[in-house]
Amino acid sequence: MDFLRPVTWAEALEVKAERPDARPIAGGTDLMVELNFGTTRPTALLDLTRIDELADWERAGERLRIGAGVSYARVVGELGDLLPGLAIAARTVGSPQIRNRGTIGGNLGSASPAGDAHPPLLASDATVEVESVRGVRVLPIDGFFRRPKVNALAPDELIRAVRVDRASGPQQFAKIGTRNAMVIAVCSFALALYPAGRRVGAGVGSAAPTPVRARAAEEFLSGALDWAGGGPVDEEVGRRFGALVAAAASPIDDVRGTAGYRRHALAVMARRTLAWAWHDYREAGTACA
Amino acid sequence: MRVRFTVNGQQHVVDDVWPGESLLYVLRERCGLPGSKNACEQGECGSCTVYLDGRTVCACLVAAGQADGRVVGTVEGLAAGERLHPVQEAFVEAGAVQCGFCTPGLIVQAHDLLENASGSPTDAEIREALAGNLCRCTGYEKIIEAVRRAAEARAHDAPTAEREAP
Repeated sequence: MDFLRPVTWAEALEVKAERPDARPIAGGTDLMVELNFGTTRPTALLDLTRIDELADWERAGERLRIGAGVSYARVVGELGDLLPGLAIAARTVGSPQIRNRGTIGGNLGSASPAGDAHPPLLASDATVEVESVRGVRVLPIDGFFRRPKVNALAPDELIRAVRVDRASGPQQFAKIGTRNAMVIAVCSFALALYPAGRRVGAGVGSAAPTPVRARAAEEFLSGALDWAGGGPVDEEVGRRFGALVAAAASPIDDVRGTAGYRRHALAVMARRTLAWAWHDYREAGTACA
Repeated sequence: MRVRFTVNGQQHVVDDVWPGESLLYVLRERCGLPGSKNACEQGECGSCTVYLDGRTVCACLVAAGQADGRVVGTVEGLAAGERLHPVQEAFVEAGAVQCGFCTPGLIVQAHDLLENASGSPTDAEIREALAGNLCRCTGYEKIIEAVRRAAEARAHDAPTAEREAP
């Protein structure tokens, strides 16, 4: 096994072009487990932790570009106001030690159906910036996940960054697990409100072969909310939204929960996050009036 | 593969490291520092918690080569000679140690909490900071008490330290 340690992004792309077999490693919170347990023996590791530009995020107007190497701890500490949905999700990852090490890019690279960053990125219309020596591709996140633990990267490509607009309205995230820390989501849900466009984004995690957007639920709720008046959400609207979110999932029975439980929990989380987000929306409206 | 890094202020050069090896393995088996414990090897238990460039991490999830040129701090580096660090002292006083296997990781993580907390952490903050460290003996109550004691001791000592500062 070779250990490849480029110090610039350009060098990393060259190395990946020469050695498409090399497994990228950043926080190591997924890959090192496989190495420790002997379930994978890649021919090379490509260490991305020495590339400074990967470990930073930048803002240009409303657009944010979050480097693939930005840790969950930094998302929690620095992006809570700009991207509350992602920050709430990052806050539920593992433990402090894991959040210090695990990265947004690593979450996308591992492409686990249960990745905690995925639902909020789906709800916020994020795109994934990937690059190789052949050039840059910017991929919509809902086409990025292909199968469990398989994403849209070509063998010579690396994840450079996530691009996403700063929150223009309330965002929420909820996740089910057996305890507060150190859980792989039984299922998870993220909601983003876009008051200016009068629409919503909804992302579902750990309840299908890949993270998925709940499109029908988004369309229904966008048209059903009283955006202008800020009136309360009708109980039937919440119930219908929950049912449509549950219908967007295609869960299985596994060690963490049953398909039936996941559908039920998704509907509950959808209703609850809607109540929280709508409360925030109405508060913001009152504050402006 | 050669790995050069600083551990507890001392430069280490380690040769013949297998690239898939963890920092934990290097510390325990090659540097003679067995304080960081090897248990789950998947980041679940926190027994191998060390500082890497000032942040606590699970050493089992850091590839050895990623530590090259970095600064590592382990539980062995906390005491000043024979004098235990106040966090270690508090664990002894509170009876927060039973089998002792989880203790080094908890002490490093508690040390980090107290180094970075402004004022005394609440119980909820202590529990949150230690959420990635499993103990199968104590039921955690004595551990929480130890961290409270260490925080109190620090708050008590802080004004003195300020007076002594040049």
